[in-house]
Amino acid sequence: MARIIGGATTSHVPAIGAAIDLKKTDQPYWQRVFSGFDKSKDWIAKAKPDVVIGIYNDHASAFSVELVPTFALGCAAEFPPADEGWGPRPVPVVKGHPELAAHIAQSVILDEFDLTVVNKMEVDHGLTVPLNLLFGSPKEWPCPVIPLAVNVVLYPPPTGNRCFQFGRALRKAIRSYPEDLRVLVLGTGGMSHQISGPRAGLINSRFDKAFLDNLSRDPKKLTRISHLEYMREAGAEGIELVMWLIMRGALDDKVDEVYRFYTVPASNTAVGHIILANRSSK
Amino acid sequence: MPRKQQDYDDIPGTFVFDAERSRQGYGINMFCMSLMKDENRKAFRANEAQYLKRFPLTPEQAEAILKRDYNRMLELGGNIYYTAKLGATDGHSFQHLAAVMTGMSQEDYAAMMLAGGRKVDGNRSKTEKPKGKKRG
Repeated sequence: MARIIGGATTSHVPAIGAAIDLKKTDQPYWQRVFSGFDKSKDWIAKAKPDVVIGIYNDHASAFSVELVPTFALGCAAEFPPADEGWGPRPVPVVKGHPELAAHIAQSVILDEFDLTVVNKMEVDHGLTVPLNLLFGSPKEWPCPVIPLAVNVVLYPPPTGNRCFQFGRALRKAIRSYPEDLRVLVLGTGGMSHQISGPRAGLINSRFDKAFLDNLSRDPKKLTRISHLEYMREAGAEGIELVMWLIMRGALDDKVDEVYRFYTVPASNTAVGHIILANRSSK
Repeated sequence: MPRKQQDYDDIPGTFVFDAERSRQGYGINMFCMSLMKDENRKAFRANEAQYLKRFPLTPEQAEAILKRDYNRMLELGGNIYYTAKLGATDGHSFQHLAAVMTGMSQEDYAAMMLAGGRKVDGNRSKTEKPKGKKRG
């Protein structure tokens, strides 16, 4: 049977992708950010997941205001990098896992989550930057990645509680897949940031650090954060943190915190990262 | 019909891109989306006002675009991930746009970010803000 070995979360700041693509990662400003992921790369190389579920949001790349699905699961065999206005990022095509994706879609819909199935989709920095942070810049990504695009651009996104419950449904789906696969769930976005309007530049490190603490030890507490509180405390775009709760919902109640990293800023954003391992997977 | 007041309208310096603004700003966002194609960027640069006629925009929305009034675009239903495409067409970085929206120079804005960003204290609520203090 498939099992979830653990989860990780990272911010997905586009400027991080630009720093990689323009080979600026050695600059002191960017070293401060990238050095925080050295241990993560070692961990994931040892953990060797067979599949990653990549929870992210699209930034007007695959979807526009013409169509805004709340939860959209990529069921295709591959997902090319999107052209975000400067040409597609020079990163490998994301290879999916159509069989597991189809199984998840069927399972979570019958579990009352009205998922959108996507059979053709390009993926933007929201997914590819976190893959770089965990895997570096290989010629091919080391394993299949199933993209789960969550709307956090058009208000309201799904609530934190709904996201956590979706994670539970995802866990049930993965555990009922017959093939012996080691699955890693990756949540992206956040942490505190606001990139729009006169309040742009807002950062709330106290909120972020408490969020990381609770994500590790008391995630139920986080499911009670209202959208208003996210936007007030963590910035209008900080509401992306609801995606981290999908990851956490998919894990065991008790997890081991393997590693965490936090720094301010990367461009306009607080960068947060955590790795949690399921005890049951040992 | 005037915009219905929402709890998040109390957050200072923030235009939440909600369903109502999405409806109102469809033309702004589809215009910005069109700039993903080089041929459209060229047509826009050749005659901005003429190009905007391809999209369902109110005179206020068209004016905000022509003046590059980014906060006004957000207020009238633009979304930052879309308006950033207009900024990119003008050759501006995202941090430049952020600085413009805050009324700061890009140097001052970048320095604020390096120093830990804008503090949340005093910026949670319009009622929390001391009177006479500059917005933002």
